Amino acid sequence: MKFALFHGCNIPARVEQYADATAAVCARLGIELVEMTAFNCCGYPARNTDHRAYVLSAAKNLAVAEQSGLDMLVMCKCCYGSLKKAEYFLNQDPELTADINHILARENLGYRNKTRVKHLLSVLYHDVGLERLKDEISKAYSGLQIAVSYGCHALRPSNVTAFDDPVSPKIFDELVETTGAFSVAWTRKLDCCGAPLTGINDQLAMDMAQKKIDSAREAGAQFICTACPYTQLQFDGVQMRLNAQSNDGKPLAPILYPQLLGLSMGIDEKTLGISKNEIDLSEITSFLMAE
Amino acid sequence: MFDYLFYTSLVVFLLGLIYKISTWFTRKIGILGKDITTAQRLQSAVRGIAGVIFSSKILALLEAVVLDVLLQRRVLKESVSRWLAHMLIFYGFMLLLLMHALESVVSEALFSEYYSTVNPFFFLRDFFGAMVLAGVILAAVRRYLAKPRRLRTGGMDHYAIMIVAVIMLSGIALEGLKIASHSEFTRMVEDYAGLDDEDEIKALETLWVKEYGTASPTIEAPFDAELLETGREVHESSCMDCHADAPWAFTGFATAKLIKPLALWLDERNGVTLLWYVHIIACFLGLGYLPFSKMFHLIATPISLMTSRVMGPAESLPANVVTRQIMELDACTHCGSCSLNCSAAMVFEAVGNQYILPSEKMTLLKRLATGKKIDDAQMRAIQEGVYLCTNCDRCTVRCPSGIRLKELWYSVREALLADGPPLPLVLSPFSFARGLIVQKTLTADSYTAPVARARQVVSGQFVNLMNPETSIPLNAQTGAEMQPAAKDSTYTHCFSCQSCTTVCPVVANYDDPEQVLGLLPHQIMCSLGLGLSEMASGAGMIWDCLTCYKCQENCPQQVEVCDILYRLKNTAVASIEH
Repeated sequence: MKFALFHGCNIPARVEQYADATAAVCARLGIELVEMTAFNCCGYPARNTDHRAYVLSAAKNLAVAEQSGLDMLVMCKCCYGSLKKAEYFLNQDPELTADINHILARENLGYRNKTRVKHLLSVLYHDVGLERLKDEISKAYSGLQIAVSYGCHALRPSNVTAFDDPVSPKIFDELVETTGAFSVAWTRKLDCCGAPLTGINDQLAMDMAQKKIDSAREAGAQFICTACPYTQLQFDGVQMRLNAQSNDGKPLAPILYPQLLGLSMGIDEKTLGISKNEIDLSEITSFLMAE
Repeated sequence: MFDYLFYTSLVVFLLGLIYKISTWFTRKIGILGKDITTAQRLQSAVRGIAGVIFSSKILALLEAVVLDVLLQRRVLKESVSRWLAHMLIFYGFMLLLLMHALESVVSEALFSEYYSTVNPFFFLRDFFGAMVLAGVILAAVRRYLAKPRRLRTGGMDHYAIMIVAVIMLSGIALEGLKIASHSEFTRMVEDYAGLDDEDEIKALETLWVKEYGTASPTIEAPFDAELLETGREVHESSCMDCHADAPWAFTGFATAKLIKPLALWLDERNGVTLLWYVHIIACFLGLGYLPFSKMFHLIATPISLMTSRVMGPAESLPANVVTRQIMELDACTHCGSCSLNCSAAMVFEAVGNQYILPSEKMTLLKRLATGKKIDDAQMRAIQEGVYLCTNCDRCTVRCPSGIRLKELWYSVREALLADGPPLPLVLSPFSFARGLIVQKTLTADSYTAPVARARQVVSGQFVNLMNPETSIPLNAQTGAEMQPAAKDSTYTHCFSCQSCTTVCPVVANYDDPEQVLGLLPHQIMCSLGLGLSEMASGAGMIWDCLTCYKCQENCPQQVEVCDILYRLKNTAVASIEH
């Protein structure tokens, strides 16, 4: 299995550990990840102000992957949604595609809808499979309650993203439960983490994060599991600004899925960048059972 | 004449150096250091330097000197050919400077047997020159032939290549003409050979014409074998000990061969003196102008590479960060690495604003830092360019000069937001890093003001939508350019079931959503149905949309609610810009 790895902009600058943990887990599973220096912004932040700049940014990445003959493995949910949506726009609108390809031609590139965009979770669930994951797990968790945050931009609009059932998705839950942890049912599992408005309307963004944290805590979660740098940063960095501490004064720590999985595979904490998370999550290892 | 030119250029160079370095402590860019005086900056610099020298950081500094400055590892990471070009130019030029230009100070002091016409020095001078020339050719090929997209070449880049090329080519031409020159031959025979026998001189000249490139007015092929034999004997006894054979100076010798048909003509017209002037004037011009040209990176870039290694953003003295950011403007060589790797490159291709490219931002910032006024259009363009950045840090990671571009953007961006016109781009996820990181360094007011100003300008005449006391103007004219395109017209399917509004987490967040948001999602769809698209794009709701797509997912009529809100944002921004 071989993919062109799409880092996006947040991960290299602010959530490096997500890429490190993904690389470690994929290496264990025999997934080859190819670095493409020609990748650029997925276009997501440009979409508010300039549709064409957004589609062009996304299309460049699709075209670069296409040229290498590889499918894309995307770690960020917002990048994933952005790329899928752009693909949809391009496939719907030949005029737009012609305009975009005209610009891409200057870079000796072109969009021909040959590459498939996949999120890390989809690759682990569909391409690798839960059975194969189980084989690699050496230390399953016991008694660990996890709240999975699905991520809006992967889930919806489902006719475009085709990530999972938009009403009752299961792949993230099952991936978490494969590690032995329990995925709690919580009301705000499919809701927005608030990240799209951080920097634009901070109060609203923080309200969204606060509600999710409260809901996860209410459901008995000890950690929130994320698979998106925006969500991770929202719960890791922004949570510290909220009045979201539980009675014991502790925040609800987020953990990136490949970190959760990696620990149960016996990959060391340093490789998984556990200490790079802002909110301490070292306690999670106490839930690991030795095989 | 030589001394006069040399000392003038040296004085200009030294004064320029002092002036430029003084600007590192007097100028400011961005929002940092508003209240920090030059005296404080000087003090902090001394403290900072002392703090590095007398701590374990000195090891990191030394590592930076070896790997980043001397071996130029960061350039190598960018490209092998660029590294090769730069190493050839840098080391070739430095060695020429020490061995050839400063021969009386350096070479003669170090090597008792030094003489410029004796090997290895005679050969090395040409070898070093050829190194520089090869490097310049590689650099010129990159700038003028390969021309990677988004690599911009400006006046200073032309100058840098030209000045080095002129110094090298004039030097080689001078040497070539000296080799071919008959008057040079005669002078050297008179000065050094100690020959008075006319026949011996003629024999020697014959040999030199045949083998060493001399162009003689009287002697030409075919050569007399006996004469050549005598010439060789004279050469061996009178010349060889102090003058390596001309072919060892391979670039000059090749030039001599090349110009042979013209050599006599050039020699008669004092070509040697002329080329000597061209060569030394180019050298002295390069020296005197160095502090004011891109070549100043010779001084600033090593300092930048060292400081960026030992100055973490957290522990540095604030005054030193201000100083470093001004120094970094001089360390930028406009090499284009940042722009070639910029994550927002495609936004540049779509929008065409050159200040999206980091290298071009640097060019304008250099001008801003000197206090030059820029016009409104440039102000707007640089403001937008600095904001159309995903803060991915790639420019900083890739910069061969070790410039901390991301920190520079953080600081400059805030200054431009405060001084410039309201910027609608603030209302996009380009603001994420500002909200997450930069906010911590700002006062509450300076953080929120740009957002508030942008929100006011995008709501246009519909700023009163949020005021329950005023009525909504339903007769508002909507120009054709504001009308949504046919493909975005799914709102016509809306039958006002309000599912979108019911599931919207933003609406649910407020007790009085209409007052906060102006129009709710289903009302926006209705407004569009009534042709009131300008009013729809004035609603606060579109900017508070989390883009979670719940509305769109839950619409029983397949109205693309969230996508329509995106389009409305685009329209609102476009209508301000026009």
